Amino acid sequence: MNIKVLYFARIKESVNYSTEDIMLPADVNTVVALKTLLAERGEVWADLFSGKQVVRAAINHELVDDMMALKEGDEVAFFPPVTGG
Amino acid sequence: MTVRVQTEDFDVGAELAAMRLASKDIGALVNFIGQVRDMNDGDVVSTLTLEHYPGMTERSLEAIAVEAKSRWNIVDSLIIHRVGKLQPLDQIVLVAVTSAHRGEAFKACEFIMDYLKTQAPFWKKEATPDGERWVEAKISDDDAQARWANAIDKSVSDK
Repeated sequence: MNIKVLYFARIKESVNYSTEDIMLPADVNTVVALKTLLAERGEVWADLFSGKQVVRAAINHELVDDMMALKEGDEVAFFPPVTGG
Repeated sequence: MTVRVQTEDFDVGAELAAMRLASKDIGALVNFIGQVRDMNDGDVVSTLTLEHYPGMTERSLEAIAVEAKSRWNIVDSLIIHRVGKLQPLDQIVLVAVTSAHRGEAFKACEFIMDYLKTQAPFWKKEATPDGERWVEAKISDDDAQARWANAIDKSVSDK
């Protein structure tokens, strides 16, 4: 399936871009599986997405946990814990 | 319920007057204003830049306002949050709540701020003499949000 992935704040700066379209392999159908796929890119990706850092995820503008399933066309965002207010 | 995310400043006096005068059943107006400090973690802060996730930000603030309205008997709420580059003494956020009596408005206003701090997708980056750095999320903010969940649990178990 095809999804759009967005990165924000420190994560956006680390990976050095803010958005990308990804065609997922059939077995990557949850947030945690996507994180594992991204971590396999190595270097900063491994640092961010292998579980050492707290990375929050949202699907279609809704905060979700790592077990949430992905669907065709989803907009998935990764970002650090929020610091507004 | 009104939610606004904007770069420009806001006029607290005008915003509060509009809320207060909206209905004759309003007996209380509680508000919180957050502003930029010139110190954080022992370092001088010259500017604070707020990034956000357009679309999700508005949606999450609206969800928080709806939740507040469902928990307390309030008349209306207003959330204004600024983004972009700010300086010490600049206003960052305004939360205002109207109700018939003060107790509901006080609780709802604090609830909205506590949830905003931990749920709404804003991120602060501060400029210090040593360069720019992202502000770290605080455990105390998670605790502040969690006590509202605990309060619900307690009210259920008391029945």
